[in-house]
Amino acid sequence: MSLLDYEVIIGLEVHCELSTKTKIYCSCPTTFGAEPNTQCCPICMAMPGTLPVLNEKVVEYAVKAGLATNCKIARNSKSDRKNYFYPDLPKAYQISQFDLPLCYDGFINIETDEGEKTIGITRIHIEEDAGKLNHDEFGRGTFVDLNRAGVPLIEVVSEPDLRSKEEAESYLRKLKSIFEYIGISDCKMQEGSLRADVNVSVRKKGSAKFGTRTEMKNMNSFRSISRAIEYEANRQIEVIENGGIIEQETLRWDDISGKTFSMRDKEEAQDYRYFPEPDLAAIKLSDEYIENIKKSLPELPESRKKRYLLDMNLTEKAAKFVTDSKYFSNLFEEASSICNNPKAVSNWIMSDIARILNEREEEPEDIRFSGKELGELVSLIDKGTISSAIAKKILEEMFENPENPSKIIEKKGWVQISDENAIKEIVNKILEANPQSIIDYKAGKDKALGFLVGQAMKETKGKANPQILNKLFLEGILGDNSVK
Amino acid sequence: MSVNKKEIVHLAKLSNLYLSEEEIEKYAKDLTEIIDFASMINSVNTDEINETIAANENFNVFRKDQVIPSMDRNLLLQNAPSQDDGMFRIPKVLN
Amino acid sequence: MELYELTAHELMDKLNSGEITSEEITKSYFSRIKEKDNQIKAYISLLEEEALDKAKKVDEDRKLGKKVSKYAGIPIGIKDNICISGSKTTCGSKILENFVAPYNATVIENLNNEDMFFLGKTNMDEFAFGSSTENSAFYPTRNPWDLDRVPGGSSGGSAAAVAANMAPWALGSDTGGSIRQPSSLCGVIGFKPTYGLVSRYGLVAYASSLDQIGTITKDVTDSALLLNLIAGHDEKDSTSMNLEKKDYTLSLVNDVKGMKIGIPKEYIGKGINDEVRESVLSVAKKYEELGATIEECSFEVGKYAIGAYYIMATAEASSNLGRFDGIRYGYRTKQFNNLKDIYRNSRSEGFGAEAKRRIMLGTYVLSAGYYDAYYKKAQKVRTVINKAYNELFEKYDLLLTPVSPITAFKVGEKIDNPLEMYLADICTVPINIGGIPGMSIPCGIDSNGLPISFQLLAKPFGEETIIRAAYTYEKNFNFRENYKPTFKNSK
Repeated sequence: MSLLDYEVIIGLEVHCELSTKTKIYCSCPTTFGAEPNTQCCPICMAMPGTLPVLNEKVVEYAVKAGLATNCKIARNSKSDRKNYFYPDLPKAYQISQFDLPLCYDGFINIETDEGEKTIGITRIHIEEDAGKLNHDEFGRGTFVDLNRAGVPLIEVVSEPDLRSKEEAESYLRKLKSIFEYIGISDCKMQEGSLRADVNVSVRKKGSAKFGTRTEMKNMNSFRSISRAIEYEANRQIEVIENGGIIEQETLRWDDISGKTFSMRDKEEAQDYRYFPEPDLAAIKLSDEYIENIKKSLPELPESRKKRYLLDMNLTEKAAKFVTDSKYFSNLFEEASSICNNPKAVSNWIMSDIARILNEREEEPEDIRFSGKELGELVSLIDKGTISSAIAKKILEEMFENPENPSKIIEKKGWVQISDENAIKEIVNKILEANPQSIIDYKAGKDKALGFLVGQAMKETKGKANPQILNKLFLEGILGDNSVK
Repeated sequence: MSVNKKEIVHLAKLSNLYLSEEEIEKYAKDLTEIIDFASMINSVNTDEINETIAANENFNVFRKDQVIPSMDRNLLLQNAPSQDDGMFRIPKVLN
Repeated sequence: MELYELTAHELMDKLNSGEITSEEITKSYFSRIKEKDNQIKAYISLLEEEALDKAKKVDEDRKLGKKVSKYAGIPIGIKDNICISGSKTTCGSKILENFVAPYNATVIENLNNEDMFFLGKTNMDEFAFGSSTENSAFYPTRNPWDLDRVPGGSSGGSAAAVAANMAPWALGSDTGGSIRQPSSLCGVIGFKPTYGLVSRYGLVAYASSLDQIGTITKDVTDSALLLNLIAGHDEKDSTSMNLEKKDYTLSLVNDVKGMKIGIPKEYIGKGINDEVRESVLSVAKKYEELGATIEECSFEVGKYAIGAYYIMATAEASSNLGRFDGIRYGYRTKQFNNLKDIYRNSRSEGFGAEAKRRIMLGTYVLSAGYYDAYYKKAQKVRTVINKAYNELFEKYDLLLTPVSPITAFKVGEKIDNPLEMYLADICTVPINIGGIPGMSIPCGIDSNGLPISFQLLAKPFGEETIIRAAYTYEKNFNFRENYKPTFKNSK
């Protein structure tokens, strides 16, 4: 038996912090990174006698998430208590939803190597986040900060439809992108506002029965999720191949060693003792309420992609790349409307913008210039005001100091030289200095022309209009008037 | 229906209580007696009856998403048995 | 007549006419407390300084002719599970012995808005778990009618304080009879309003779906006056009903002609002490004389209420008490090496026996494998009980029952038998399950000289009907004028 004889089954439980102004059950702010315990009140600190009141925005955002992922929306829903002790959970119960989640039976489509695939979404429910434990490196103890306690979350539970780490990543990216589009979360994985519990099991190909699954909690980077799935699937296969049995358990993924470890005392099986939260009223959603939210949803990536393919003539690859991120897609639309050259805009996004982001270790949402400015940049190239070499320099500058491209050109003196007489002078100078290139070109070595143009660009610091340069060099090489 | 000592130990664990041998014995007896008595509810015919899930008919009780400034941290921490740097201090938790 | 012997409305009249000052009232109460509370032990903590300061300020305002509330300058006793900002709220538990609330309960805000103030926090069974106030971590409260007997519970401190003239009135909380039963055993008026009428914000939860704050007063007029202040919608409590504000004093009408009152036969039969039964039946007769129609009816499912109650109440309690973990507030053990020790030792040392019993019972009925058989079944029985009430209140304006099947029992008599203690709640718990209002009104004394009371129940938000009928009874038979607590020991 080999790895290839096995199938990996993956299901994700994605936790996504909603970008409401206040917490789910009290009016404390949700700002990330504040001083410890300064975003708190007696309610989120679970002082005796306090009571929760549900934030209406949380319901609205969860319903949005449900509609954007093709879920059914529950007309009757309620909250439940999940009881367990942990120092980051001040009430010793988490208010969540047990048997009547707000959204259920949905799906999203993801791209795989074999084409589009539908991944089922079992349910989406609302719940509260826990606080944060800070561990002191000097061993003085652990310190509890409850700023995050009560920040609203949705938990999105997928069906076990994912079959590879690539599919898992694709699913998570798609979900992230959808939630960004509908504006319910900033989905910042590094800040923990998007994280996933990953369930993995393996089975022999052709087997209809699922294997026993293990769960890895609170994963918050694509890379770790992908590595953890690979490691865990291989570990399980090895256990089975050696005649062992997989135990259903919660594992901790250690990013440094690249291994999973058993987390909980097995003796103490969890028993969450869910029961309906008596301090909160039932949630009853009318058709009208749901219809209004549906109307308020922005255009989703799939529909945008179709539009880009059909109306804007982008390639499949470009359309996908641009729509994967709401920020790219918005940038693209705005820029294209300014310069009327969507193809060029998408090229800029896919190549230089993506590259610079990568170099800066930033995400699309970190881009500080607007689509209007990008559009103007493309227009300036199209009009011949600047060369694409200059445009690249301007773009770099736009990342540093977001400003109007024309302003940057003016400040830096980067206007393209299109005056034929001025360029001719330079061309003649370079031809005189490089007689061998002329001979080479005439002997059929086309590269020689490129070399000459490059020299001229160097001379003009990239400002010479490349079309005019080309034309004048060719005239110079082939015409007799300037060559003795 | 009897609640045995093993179950009492499990319940104590779930509820984070430490019980002496004597207490385990006493609570096993008490809980058995009370559960026995409470089991009388099984004589009520509840076919086709839904359980009550809220104490009254209130529904859709929502709050506007508007920030109310948080409470002064000193006031929130005034009852803390142990604190440091504006946080509650507990023995090191391994995770 | 001493000031402390007056009802709150009598004090209000004298205060607003300028006959007396708030300072005089306050001093009168504190001297009375100093005289009697070493015997009764109704209070856990006193707020004397704050009270006198406030009294003087209100007197000053009145003297200067400022517009003040008619309630301004009237003191009140508060059960120690209701949070007053800056004051200790112990819930009668060692685990909260030093807990200073950083905020006010909504009812406290309401009283503050009228410039009322607080004499102190009254004793109670730990976290309201009990019917005798013997489960207080600090000391048991004694019954002013017989110092060897319990005042009932869990609001035993509030009831005893009002009965012993150590407070003109008091707030209590009622989850399964915790206002009505001690009021009955102490011969005062106890009123548990409809669930959702009074905000629970700031009331330390026992069983969230059953808890309700209510009043303990010397007469029905005071019940109406105090209910006017505490009733009303609160955005901080999702179970608070958003209804139009009512003036309950408009129901202080001496007339029950045409009212239909049902007496469920299950509550005047077996298990009810003979003297209690006789006394309650004589009340029925009185109402008949006064023009009401009395009819025997049946509330069969009522007998299952105790079982259902102890399942759902302890389930909720086991969850509500999880937050007492020795981390953010409250008692922390001295014996610990790790987090588990902090949890287990703090809770084991901080909670009393009854609290532990209820936490374990509640954990049991919610735990895997038992949830359907107990918790879910109990919630179905709750639906059946609600239906039964609905049907009864289609026929009757009020139901009339005893409050407690027995009069005050001796300290220590039932403490070792939890089940027997639970059975003492048989007449009061169904009311909490139904979420309906109920009032305990004294109607006589037994051969031991101990108060007997009857209970009036109405449909949800039927407080006005209860007040009217109770007021009419009081106008025709004034218990307070006929009987007074003796402060003696049993023979």
